[in-house]
Amino acid sequence: MLALKKASTVITVIIFVILYAPMLLLIAASFNSGKDLSVFEGFTLYQYAELMRDENLLRLLANSLIIAVISSVVATVLGTMAAVGINRMGKRARSAVLTVTNIPMTNPDIVTGISLCLLFTFVGQMLKMDSVLGFGTLLIAHITFNLPYVILSVLPKFRQLNPNINEAALDLGCTPAQSFFKVILPEIMPGIFSGMMMAFTMSLDDFVISYFVYGPAYRTLPVEIYSYTKKPMPPKIYALFTVIFMAVLVVMIVMNVVQARDDKRREKVK
Amino acid sequence: MKTKLFAAPYIVWMAIFILVPLGACAYYAFTDPNTGSFTFANIKAIETYLPTFIDSLWLAAIAAAICLVLAYPVAYTIAQARPSRQRVLMLLVMLPMCMSFLLRTLALVAIMEDTGIINQLLSKIGLGPVTLMRTPAAVVFGMVYNYLPYMIMPLYSVMVKINPSVIEAAQDLGCSSVKVLTRVMLPLSLPGIVSGITMVFVPAVSTFYISKKLGGTGTAMIGDIIESQFKSTYNLNVGAAMSLVLMILIFICMGIMNKFTDSDDVSLY
Repeated sequence: MLALKKASTVITVIIFVILYAPMLLLIAASFNSGKDLSVFEGFTLYQYAELMRDENLLRLLANSLIIAVISSVVATVLGTMAAVGINRMGKRARSAVLTVTNIPMTNPDIVTGISLCLLFTFVGQMLKMDSVLGFGTLLIAHITFNLPYVILSVLPKFRQLNPNINEAALDLGCTPAQSFFKVILPEIMPGIFSGMMMAFTMSLDDFVISYFVYGPAYRTLPVEIYSYTKKPMPPKIYALFTVIFMAVLVVMIVMNVVQARDDKRREKVK
Repeated sequence: MKTKLFAAPYIVWMAIFILVPLGACAYYAFTDPNTGSFTFANIKAIETYLPTFIDSLWLAAIAAAICLVLAYPVAYTIAQARPSRQRVLMLLVMLPMCMSFLLRTLALVAIMEDTGIINQLLSKIGLGPVTLMRTPAAVVFGMVYNYLPYMIMPLYSVMVKINPSVIEAAQDLGCSSVKVLTRVMLPLSLPGIVSGITMVFVPAVSTFYISKKLGGTGTAMIGDIIESQFKSTYNLNVGAAMSLVLMILIFICMGIMNKFTDSDDVSLY
């Protein structure tokens, strides 16, 4: 058993190295003053300055952020409400709703993207409009694929919830609304928070679905990156990669700390 | 007050934007683009792409198998680590999942190109440039690189739940380490294996970016063809028919996979 354990530790280290090597290389390249990727000539922030000067890229980044913020907030509100409702449902209704919730998770993104695209095209033809695709369709698509992430991270929190605390709050004179906002909501907050964070990163990162529902008037960053077929890549993309990497790292550390605190608190209660 | 009603906006939303679009997909798949009447022509048109379908399923299956073999020891090692270290390691596994797969694939291209880093280093030691891209193997490598975390996650989450005394008991009763692996660990981690394979196979079989960037002319996948039906040849109906077939194929594959586990709930973690 010890030999197997050692072997798997070695494999793990190798896999982490392979997983991160290309990314770390791009990060190193973003600070490289030389043109050659394989030789590190000197440290420079020139590529970052270039990135800041590129108004087109910055506007697309802003577009992506706007979609990600709005879609994750809407999905979090709708999804949390839905989780409250689903939690009270009977077994059959509940499993029907969860089956539909699982469809966008199990379907390939390309199928979700294409079916939404077809729906929008169909509606566009009905309304005799030239193009319905744009900000609205992009937002609808993002809310749609974000919703399951929120629901699947909020619902388990309801299962961990002590069913008596709601009754206790009501007995002590809370109205149902007060009980929800003062007692239930703080308990399920970690789930809501992590669902929203997940929705946000998924939305920011999404390419496949966005690609089929975006319109020329409103593009997001991944859609633009897809069109980079020029070789070699402009080095400011390396700088962009590094910025996104750092942002994701910070978000994930924050999420982790929140979760760790929640776990600790739960253990204390026990 | 009926709290059940809080789910109503969500149910309406999902009905309109999940179920209706799938209906629209089926509608387009069975209608003639010019006359708008019912036809099987779009489904028939797929026949010419049959080799591509088979190739895609095959490449995705290989990628899923490689991911499983690589991810298993990783998930095991993480599950055995101290709790505080487990958190950090899982963060490292999940971080790439949140990074744009476009940028990560571009990173691979920068490394594997004919003039990329590997080839620059190789030519410096005199081994000359080697063609690393434009092969089916490169596409599989790209898939494994991109989707490995999706295999590690579910495997890890079943492995942390395995009671260590079960393994000790097997050892005490005289199991060799290979037997512990095949008779105890593998059956107990089966739900994780099944959900890991689906989480790798589904995006891998439908990818169109990885094959475009890392593959050559001979390695077009289903995703590439669907994409071109929508974005360059504008034959929405054939594209819809292909998506429908792809979706059905995946449901069949998942149905077969789920036969191997007792649990019927599909969850992310």
